[in-house]
Amino acid sequence: MSYDTVVVGAGLAGLTAALRLTEHGQRVLVVARGVGATHLAPATVDVLGYLGDARVENPASSVATLVASSRDHPYGHISADQLAAALDWFTTRAGALSYVGGVEENLLLPTALGVPKPSALAPRTMSGGDLRAGGRFVFVGFKGFKDFHPTLIADNLARARLPAPVAARALELELPAGRRVDMSGRVIAGQFDTENLSEWLITALQNRVEPDEHIGVPAVLGLRRADETWQKLETRLGRKVFEVATLPPSIPGIRLFDALASALRASGTRIVLGVRAVGARTNGGRIEAVDVANATGTVSHRTDAMVLASGGFASGGLELDSFGATRETVFDLPLIGMPETDRVRFAPGYFDAQPLSAAGVGTDDQFRPVDASGRPVYTNLHAAGAILGGAVPWKEKSGTGISVATGYAAAGAILAPAAQAVSEAVR
Amino acid sequence: MNDLIRDSLDHCVKCTICETHCPVSQVTPLFPGPKYVGPQAERYRGAGPSSDASVDYCSGCGICTQVCPQDVKIAEINSRARAKLWEKRGVPLRNQMIARPTVIGRLGTPVAPLANWALHNRAVRGMVQSMIGIHRDAPMPSFAGKTFQRRSRSHHGPTDAPAVVYFHGCGTNYYEPVLGEMMVAVLEHNGFRVIVPQQDCCGLPLQSNGNFPAARTYVRRLVDRLVPHARAGLPIVSNSTSCGLMLKREAHEILGIEDEDLKLVSESMYDVCEFLLRLHERGALRTDFGSLPLTVPYHAPCQQRGHGIGKPALDLLALVPDLDMIELDVDCCGIAGTYGLKKEKYEIAMAVGKRLFDDITATGSDLAACDSETCRWQIAHGTGVTAVHPIELLYRAYGLGASDPAGKHGTRPLAAVAAGPGTSERDTGSHD
Repeated sequence: MSYDTVVVGAGLAGLTAALRLTEHGQRVLVVARGVGATHLAPATVDVLGYLGDARVENPASSVATLVASSRDHPYGHISADQLAAALDWFTTRAGALSYVGGVEENLLLPTALGVPKPSALAPRTMSGGDLRAGGRFVFVGFKGFKDFHPTLIADNLARARLPAPVAARALELELPAGRRVDMSGRVIAGQFDTENLSEWLITALQNRVEPDEHIGVPAVLGLRRADETWQKLETRLGRKVFEVATLPPSIPGIRLFDALASALRASGTRIVLGVRAVGARTNGGRIEAVDVANATGTVSHRTDAMVLASGGFASGGLELDSFGATRETVFDLPLIGMPETDRVRFAPGYFDAQPLSAAGVGTDDQFRPVDASGRPVYTNLHAAGAILGGAVPWKEKSGTGISVATGYAAAGAILAPAAQAVSEAVR
Repeated sequence: MNDLIRDSLDHCVKCTICETHCPVSQVTPLFPGPKYVGPQAERYRGAGPSSDASVDYCSGCGICTQVCPQDVKIAEINSRARAKLWEKRGVPLRNQMIARPTVIGRLGTPVAPLANWALHNRAVRGMVQSMIGIHRDAPMPSFAGKTFQRRSRSHHGPTDAPAVVYFHGCGTNYYEPVLGEMMVAVLEHNGFRVIVPQQDCCGLPLQSNGNFPAARTYVRRLVDRLVPHARAGLPIVSNSTSCGLMLKREAHEILGIEDEDLKLVSESMYDVCEFLLRLHERGALRTDFGSLPLTVPYHAPCQQRGHGIGKPALDLLALVPDLDMIELDVDCCGIAGTYGLKKEKYEIAMAVGKRLFDDITATGSDLAACDSETCRWQIAHGTGVTAVHPIELLYRAYGLGASDPAGKHGTRPLAAVAAGPGTSERDTGSHD
């Protein structure tokens, strides 16, 4: 088939780029080895949570500080306005999740382990967990649901460094009788959608929660009707109710994937999973067709542009072999953020600064992967998301922010190459 | 190869993505999920059979493998574990029976009216359930009486056109021969001579029911029939997505058949919509479609997704004026070949299919499209709507069922159209 753009990767960056391109009338194909990290991450958009060891309160201003000192950071290739526009765009496109927040201040939400984590955007079903103003919180778990531990959350919050005093306690409920004992979050979420589990929860909580307590529940309030269920809980319980991320899988993350994927589907864009981009046919520094391996062979898809959003080491976009060699897996693109050749690849402590943690593809301002001299490897190849080098997302708490911002910006570069070129010349 | 499939479990990072997509574990605690039963349990299985029989509740839909971002061959690992389990226990009579569609087809065809009466008679089905364990309510097709093979022998298509080989599978041959005739008509309309080789079952049901040795025999027999055409460089097209996938990939990856002939056949095999879409890309597909003012929900079956070819049926049907296809987003209808026929699994299969049934019902259409035959029967059973192969819509849009009164749906609207004048004894081109 012939496309305007082929997107490799069905994670947040790939879906963002694909949707923006589709909205501008492009014919887009998304191919991926499988589902991306949406299903694992809590669906918040974390633009920048930490600058060094300091917790970030205003991501917009801290991003400016970050890119001033770290030239290769992906945020260094987009303007503050673009970043804000990307978040605005994302908020409306993922409308089903009703995101709240913005680029001017971070929410501070408890993770599944009870660690306060800064996020620029969060679904409104989760945003009530904002710890910044302090207060009394009760974290509610379900016995037999092994991916959520309210006592752990409450205890860890008691030790956390927080801007205002927080009192947290745990409460464990028995799920209604007759239910299977070992349930996954996916199963419970399905039951919130199809059965009257919310009535049970309301009854179970009514007399066991203090009037001034905020109620944190595991983020399993459903896949299709979560927002509705959350509203019902808040109204009927008369208290602030919020979902707290669970251990993987992430139900809010699946909601996000579903929202973006169904928007793509509605405009006729195909997402093909279980296949692998293996290379491209090129001519004169341009990609003319992307080669995709399926059940029996390789199909060549002609295209005018390509977005490589195949992820980092965890998703197979980057690879480290047992001899210590690191490579980008589709094109063997040049990498930045690499340690000197003979240095060890790992530091002894898990949370140490790791030599490879900023490794990835370096790009120009149109998010085109560049070689050592700064020239684009292919004039119509763009990269987005975790494959980009120069950032340490797990430490910065910037992974989802980078995915949304660079997926948005890469699409923008494809849509307006001429305008972009002019602005570059002016600069 | 065998070891490459098994060793892929080392790529598992326990991310649980497969668990979130498994349609079976979401509706029953009897199947603990693809990760537990697959990459995790496989480490302890070694050469012997599984000590945990829950792997038998895997329906084999293959969604886990498709969504896995680490390339772990989860469904394939589970399919092999199931075979080892049944190798030790002995495959029960029922599973041996329902896994041999050609045997059933040959038995039922000569006595089609009687067999159809029995298949749809409550009392008989009740006895069948208690005696051999096929659920009394499970969807059963009707024998057509005259097979597609027989019908095709009296067809005389073009003789000097480029040839395409038609692998029709058992469903078309015994139950839906009219669909086979539509396939031939659509291909001939596009300037092809259709070769219909003699053919037997692809072995997929035997594979899913854990009888690998018998499945391998069937695969080899079928490959022997098809490989001369593949060697001659002819494309082989199939309207059965699961049988096509068997030859494309599963016979190699699950049954472990290492065979140059199979490889040749695999590489020549196309799903029919994939084939037609490729024609269209080359500008070689006829697009003289008439208006088809219908709204039709489309379900891409799990096995169709396993081809990794996108949804060519939707791309093709988008060419038809006034036809509004609704792309459904449900992984599986539940039936998974023979899974949902079994007494102990019928309820599970229906629970899996519920979301799909609801989504189809919500469209308000009395017609649905789906590429796979058992899925169509399950959809019809679960919703009451008529479920057709996308080729049936193309056939009609081409105006090949000439005197077709648009929108007049009987119990089987489009097929009834197809059986109209000039089509009941439609011929095919050359035979071998």
